[in-house]
Amino acid sequence: MSTSPTENEMQQPSLSVHGTGYHGWALWMRQTLAILQLELVKNFWGRRALLLYLIAALPVALVSMLSLLPPDADEMRELGRLSQVFAAIYGGLILRTLIFFGCAWVFMNLFRGEVVDRSLHYYFLSPVRREVLVVGKYLSGLIATIILFGSATAASMLILFYGLLPAEASAYFLSGIGARHLLTYVGVTILACIGYGAVFLIVGLFFRNPIVPALLLYGWEWLNFLLPPGLKKISVIHYLHSLVPVPLSEGPFAVLAEPTPAYLAVPSLFIFTGVIIFLAGLHIRRMEISYAGE
Amino acid sequence: MTTNLAAKAEAVSNGHAVLEPLPADRKIVFEGVSKFYGEVLGVNRVNLEVSPGITSLVGPNGSGKTTLMNLMAGLLRPTTGRISVLGVSPNEPELLFDHVGYCSQFDSFPRGATAREFVEFYLRVHGYSRQRTADMAHAALERVSMTEAADRKIAGFSKGMRQRVRLAQSIAHDPSVLILDEPLNGLDPMARAEIIGLFRRLADAGMHLIISSHILHEVDMMSDSVVLLHNGYIVAEGEVHGVRDEIGEHPIQILVRCDRPQALAARLFEHDHIVEARVHDDRGGLFVKTRRPDEFYLLLNTVIVEQNLAVESVGPVDDDLNAVYQYLITSEGGQH
Ligand SMILES: Nc1ncnc2c1ncn2[C@@H]1O[C@H](COP(=O)(O)OP(=O)(O)OP(=O)(O)O)[C@@H](O)[C@H]1O
Ligand SMILES: [Mg+2]
Repeated sequence: MSTSPTENEMQQPSLSVHGTGYHGWALWMRQTLAILQLELVKNFWGRRALLLYLIAALPVALVSMLSLLPPDADEMRELGRLSQVFAAIYGGLILRTLIFFGCAWVFMNLFRGEVVDRSLHYYFLSPVRREVLVVGKYLSGLIATIILFGSATAASMLILFYGLLPAEASAYFLSGIGARHLLTYVGVTILACIGYGAVFLIVGLFFRNPIVPALLLYGWEWLNFLLPPGLKKISVIHYLHSLVPVPLSEGPFAVLAEPTPAYLAVPSLFIFTGVIIFLAGLHIRRMEISYAGE
Repeated sequence: MTTNLAAKAEAVSNGHAVLEPLPADRKIVFEGVSKFYGEVLGVNRVNLEVSPGITSLVGPNGSGKTTLMNLMAGLLRPTTGRISVLGVSPNEPELLFDHVGYCSQFDSFPRGATAREFVEFYLRVHGYSRQRTADMAHAALERVSMTEAADRKIAGFSKGMRQRVRLAQSIAHDPSVLILDEPLNGLDPMARAEIIGLFRRLADAGMHLIISSHILHEVDMMSDSVVLLHNGYIVAEGEVHGVRDEIGEHPIQILVRCDRPQALAARLFEHDHIVEARVHDDRGGLFVKTRRPDEFYLLLNTVIVEQNLAVESVGPVDDDLNAVYQYLITSEGGQH
């Protein structure tokens, strides 16, 4: 994949210059950016975006209700206790459920949605390497989910703390520890979008009806704490779990494994993602289009 | 390839490039291409070379036209064999679609788009700038006479309008090969003539156009060469006139208008170059299929005298592509 002319190009001088006048990396960058822009519009304004907004709004609505009508107000009005509550909301609801299904929805539809709408062939009939298409679409999904879930994460935390402990919240977030926790949660959200995004992109490429594989994955991620240490590592949640600022007890049945330290967890997640995107690229090169029922 | 270039150089220096066979980078070549959908045959053992001009793929439903086109465009991968489009493999979309436009049979669009947005969208994917994209899209929509409706949503378009928009999308980047799967579908007669005119101009400018169709008189009118497909096999191929000649040995159909067609039929069947004799529905004539029209005419003369037939007229029934087509697809013949 160098920018030097391939054998083919040398033999067919007329075909070596792309109509746009660009080639090699410069062309791929341009095309990736174009695909990214066009797909972002779909991700934010398309008819499938509505569900994404609903999912992202859910935790914000929940903590707003909590801070307005605290069930056990007195017990929660304490910083340490409150950060436990948020850790539970984040770990159980936001991370494992909402981000999981939000990413499933966005990333599975990147390709499957176009097969359902029967519009994927237009991309395949453009002078774009299919790998470039994978990267452009993946990045568009990432930007959309990171913006929505990143802000949902931050908003939920801020609303919860300012709602229940208005007097102490400012000091907490400005003193450092609160800010560090906030940034870490947002960081974990970003990593979750990166990891789950790659997983669901490839699931959407392989399965016509991805509901079953999505539910299986959901079960796998939830039962992760029961798995033997070797298997634990084959999951996204394992790496994220060790990064969350306030660890949650996994209960009496948990199989204990060395938590992966951050300096390993983050690069591992990136490598895991890279491998999956690479596999998706290999797969899409061989992909055929015959919208079933045609 | 080197030899090809050398041959080309020599041809040019000799000043008779036109007479030389086209090099591979000016042709579309299928070499032993088969495509199976699991157990189902799509196309089988296709060997084909397509030169510039209009080449029509003709065949009944399910004969493999779309399969052949999708293979050319890399939407399908051949089970066996090799395909090269102007020297480029369909596995290299980055190179291929800079020079190839494909208007497929899938009548679907990205949701919610207007005609202009749709054409611009994929030009942007090519990597063209916004301004370039806008200009090219406009020019393409102009060519198919869709500028007035350009800013309306495609969802509200008629079938013919959708067809034109898809056509505009496939020609927007000025390809040198244009693959069109039933591009005249849904167009009214005026529009058909107009679009055929456009195809003719593109072909005269040196483009390859590969067009599939069911409508034979249009194929006959516009094509430079024809490929007849049946059940996944190429049953005949060549210039339109060549294909007609090819059935020189195949039966042609002659209608004899006379008073006692049954009597004539009985006598004709004694000769083995007569393939079929069928009495006309009005009982006032006989359709005869023969492999040797010249012998048939001699024979007819003897029978007329012998039987004292009153003959009104004698003449071939169909002398156009239709005859070839009918023969090839109804008799399972011609598989050579
Ligand atoms: N996706 C597919 N799965 C299974 N079989 C298929 C598929 N697509 C085409 N076929 C089969 O391959 C054969 C050729 O089909 P193809 O669509 O190429 O024909 P066609 O000449 O384009 O027909 P039409 O005139 O109806 O468009 C048919 O027998 C068809 O049933
Ligand atoms: Mg077809």
